[in-house]
Amino acid sequence: MNEKRIRVLIAKAGLDGHDRGAKVIAQALRDAGMEVIYTGLRQTPEQIAETAIQEDVQVVGLSSLSGAHMQLFPPVAQLLREHGAVDVLVIGGGIIPEEDIPYLKGVGIAEIFTAGTSTGDIIKYIQERL
Amino acid sequence: MFDQEKVQALRSKKEEWDRKTTAQLARSPERKQEFKTDSDVPVQRLYTPVDIADLSYERELGLPGEYPFTRGVQPTMYRGRLWTMRQYAGFGTAEETNGRFKYLLEQGQTGLSVAFDLPTQIGYDSDHPLARGEVGKVGVAIDSLQDIELLFDGIPLKKVSTSMTINSPAAVILAMYLVLAEKQGVVLAELNGTIQNDILKEYVARGTYIFPPLPSMRLITDTFAYCAEHVPNWNTISISGYHIREAGSTAVQEIAFTLADGIAYVDAAIKAGLDVDNFAPRLSFFFNAHLNFFEEVAKFRAARRIWAKIMSERFKAKDPRSLMLRFHTQTAGCSLTAQQPDVNIMRVAYQALSAVLGGTQSLHTNSRDEALALPSEQSVLIALRTQQVIGYEIGVTDTVDPLGGSYYIESLTNKIEEDVWDYINKIDELGGAVRAIEKGFMQREIQRSAYAYQRQIESGERVVIGVNKFQMETERPKDLLKVNPAVAERQVEKLRNLLESRNQRMVSEALQNLRNTAQTNENLMPAIIRAVSVYATLGEICGILREVFGEYQQQVLL
Repeated sequence: MNEKRIRVLIAKAGLDGHDRGAKVIAQALRDAGMEVIYTGLRQTPEQIAETAIQEDVQVVGLSSLSGAHMQLFPPVAQLLREHGAVDVLVIGGGIIPEEDIPYLKGVGIAEIFTAGTSTGDIIKYIQERL
Repeated sequence: MFDQEKVQALRSKKEEWDRKTTAQLARSPERKQEFKTDSDVPVQRLYTPVDIADLSYERELGLPGEYPFTRGVQPTMYRGRLWTMRQYAGFGTAEETNGRFKYLLEQGQTGLSVAFDLPTQIGYDSDHPLARGEVGKVGVAIDSLQDIELLFDGIPLKKVSTSMTINSPAAVILAMYLVLAEKQGVVLAELNGTIQNDILKEYVARGTYIFPPLPSMRLITDTFAYCAEHVPNWNTISISGYHIREAGSTAVQEIAFTLADGIAYVDAAIKAGLDVDNFAPRLSFFFNAHLNFFEEVAKFRAARRIWAKIMSERFKAKDPRSLMLRFHTQTAGCSLTAQQPDVNIMRVAYQALSAVLGGTQSLHTNSRDEALALPSEQSVLIALRTQQVIGYEIGVTDTVDPLGGSYYIESLTNKIEEDVWDYINKIDELGGAVRAIEKGFMQREIQRSAYAYQRQIESGERVVIGVNKFQMETERPKDLLKVNPAVAERQVEKLRNLLESRNQRMVSEALQNLRNTAQTNENLMPAIIRAVSVYATLGEICGILREVFGEYQQQVLL
C-alpha cells in the first residue's frame, strides 16, 4: 500500500437524509486504512467540491437515495474540474436506475455503486484506481 | 401460569433431553454454532413452560383490550375489522398523486398515506435553490393550500383517514388539511388521520429537521393542545421507530429509542400544562416489520406492554386509551434487494404477516421494485394484494393474538422487554431522549448496529438471497416509475401564478401575526391556520419560523 493514506470525502448530496449507506461505507473505508471525512447531510454540489479541494482528497463518494443524482452529481465533477482538481476520483451510490448510469459516467462520475454492493468491492475499486 | 411442581418435573426431563441431544451433536451437528435473533438474543433449541415459568398471565399478558394490552388493543381485533391497508404514496405534482390515490381507493385500499417531497418536508418552496433536483421526487410537492386542494380533489375527507408523513412542518400541513376540510363542509370533529410530527427521530435517523429541539417540541405540543380541543379524533403524532430501524438499529433499539422519544413528548406536553389524559389517547406509533419473523411478532407485543406500564406507572394516566399503544407498520425497506427483485414480494409477505400477528392497526407493504426506484403501479398493486391475502384468505385474522402462549414468543417478548428497559433506564440516566440525542448516544448505537449488520452480510454469516447466496444474473425490470423532469418547472410555474393572484396584503398581515405569535408562548396553530388560508406558502411560513427559532445544526458523527 502507498505510504500516504488515501484520503476520501463521503458526501450526502441534496436534501436526502438516508445516511446509513454513506456512514457504513465511510466506516468500511476507514477500517481499510483510508482517511475518511464525512460531510453530514444536506450538502450542495458547491459545498462538496469546496470541501474536497480544501481537504485535498483523492476520492469523493457521493450519496443520494432521493432520485436527485442526475441534478446533483454532475456539478460536483464539473466544479472539481473547473478548479483544476482533475485527478480526484468521483464515485457515487444510492438508488440509481441503470439507465442513468451511462450519462453519469459520461460527465465524470467514474463509477456508480447501487444497492447490494459489498464494501469490499468499493475498497478494491478505489485501491486499484489510485 | 403453570403448576410449579409440574414445571419442576419438566425441568429435570428437559435437562436430560438437552444432555442426550448435545451428545448426538458430534454425529449430526446443527447448522450453526449459535443461533441468534437480529437483536443478538440467543435462540435456544427448544422452548418449554420452563422458560416462562415465572410469567404471570394476569400481570404480563391480560386479555385483549385490557391492561397491559400485550395481546392487542381491541377485544375483537381483526374479527371486528381488519387493519387499515394504507399504502404510502406520493410523487410529482399534487395532480399526479391525486390520480394514484384514487386508483388505490378503487383497488380497496382503506386509508390514504401521503409522501411529501424533501423540499416540502424541510420547509422550502419548490423554487428554493436547495430544492434543486428534489422537487416531486420522493413524494408530492406541496407549496401552499392550493396544492393540498388539488391533492384531495374529489376525495371526501369525511370518508377517508389520511396519514401524512410530515414532521418539522407538520403543524403547517395539518393547518392546510383543516382549512380544506372546512371548505369541503366537514366538521373538524369528524376528521380522521395522522401527522407524523415526530421530530426526535429526525435528528436521530431520518434527517428532515428544521428547527432546534426546543421550538420543535413547542410546535408539537401546540398541535397536541389544538387537536385535543378542535380535532379530537386526529392522531397528533406517530412516534416512529421505522426510520430508526431503517437506519440500522436492532429490534430492541427500535422499540427502546421510540418509547424513549415517546416519554420525551409526554414530558414536554405535561410541562406545557396539558393533562396527560387529554392528549395521550391520540398518541400513535409507527414500527418496522423486518425479517426475523418471531422476534418481530414479540417486539410488537413487548412494545404494547412496556408503553402501558410507562403510561400507567410513570405518568399516572387513567384513561385506558392513554395506555394503549396503537401502531402503524411498514415492511422493512432496507431488506429489499435490487438483485432478483421479485423475491422481495416474498420478503414483504412474511414481514407483513409478522405485523398482523403482532396486532398492527394499519399496514404498508413495500413494493418489489423499491430498491431500484419509486414503485410502479403494478408493483404497488401486488403489495396491496399481499395484505388482502393475509386479511382474507389464510385465516390468521380469525382469533386474537394467535401466537400468544407460544413458549418461544412469550419468552422472546419477555427478553425484549427486559433489554428495552435497560436502554430506557440508560437514556433516563443521560437526562432523557433529547439529551441522549444531543450527546449522540442513539446515533452511535444505531451506527454500530448498522455496521455490524453489513459485516454479517459480507462475511456470509447473514444470508441475503440473491446478494450473497443463490446469486444469478437477472435483467433489471424495465417498467420502473420515473418522475417526469418537467414536474419541477410545472410546480414552480404554479407557485409563481399563485404569488401573483393571491391577496398580498392579507398574506403580509398573516405572516406578521405569525411572527409575533412565535415570539410569545401562545399556541401557534391559529396563526398558522390564518396564514395558510390566505395562501401564504409553506416556505414563507417556515421561513418566518426559521428567523424566530433558528435552525438545527446536525453534529456529524462517524
